[in-house]
Amino acid sequence: MTVKELAEKLGMTFLAGESGGDREIEGCYVGDLLSWVMARAESGDVWITVMGNVNAIAVASLTDSACIVLAESAGLDQDAKERADQQEIPVLATEKDSFATAVAVAGYLP
Amino acid sequence: MSMLSLKYVVPGDDFTRAGEASSDVKHKLKQLGYDSKAIRRVAIAMYEGEINMVIHAGGGEAFVEISPEEVEIQLVDHGPGIPDVEKAMQAGYSTAPDNVRSLGFGAGMGLPNIKKYTDELKIDTEVGKGTTLTMKVFAGH
Ligand SMILES: Nc1ncnc2c1ncn2[C@@H]1O[C@H](COP(=O)(O)OP(=O)(O)OP(=O)(O)O)[C@@H](O)[C@H]1O
Ligand SMILES: [Mg+2]
Repeated sequence: MTVKELAEKLGMTFLAGESGGDREIEGCYVGDLLSWVMARAESGDVWITVMGNVNAIAVASLTDSACIVLAESAGLDQDAKERADQQEIPVLATEKDSFATAVAVAGYLP
Repeated sequence: MSMLSLKYVVPGDDFTRAGEASSDVKHKLKQLGYDSKAIRRVAIAMYEGEINMVIHAGGGEAFVEISPEEVEIQLVDHGPGIPDVEKAMQAGYSTAPDNVRSLGFGAGMGLPNIKKYTDELKIDTEVGKGTTLTMKVFAGH
């Protein structure tokens, strides 16, 4: 399933990086401490977090995450949005908390 | 034999620019057709080192040598140095201030990540003088 399809299924909206929406999702990781995420997140992961800053975009890029999901309507900084658009890293918004989001995502993983 | 020598200035206390050097190296390695696993290891290790220079040392310089066999990265700063390297290498140890923690840093996982993702790591540090990290990632395996 692609990021775009996942967003439709779960009613999530794109905050940035929509052009990267055709990326396939392969796994999921939940976390807010960036170097922790860097150690664990894998290529193709849906990364669920509340961190919407430029550094989060860098982490998503370095770990090759499929997308970022900002849980509990956490905000995306303006400079982070620009970076995500530039690097075509999809950032999705949901009102659900990280747990509920992860449970929902789990149903769509390969 | 070196294919490519790169040098970057990493500005201190600028979190919006932190990561520019490592993402540039990542792009160059991609262009050179480097193995994607090795690229990921280089990029993560260098990013952690770069962020550490920004947070803990007021910035510094990065020197990168790329050859077909390996990538060597040297991160040089003139910050406060690390008083107890063994402690700093422990997962979870961090002196990051609160304002930096609220950005998602300060898990105390940066140096352990660098160790994990590199094939060689050397830390030369002197309190009051600065820190130099030298790391190598081998291309093939
Ligand atoms: N270049 C440096 N100059 C001075 N001190 C450093 C430097 N790099 C690391 N340190 C010290 O080592 C500690 C551990 O570093 P490490 O990267 O593992 O964790 P952190 O930067 O505190 O948090 P994280 O990397 O998880 O965001 C730091 O908190 C700091 O005290
Ligand atoms: Mg660190």
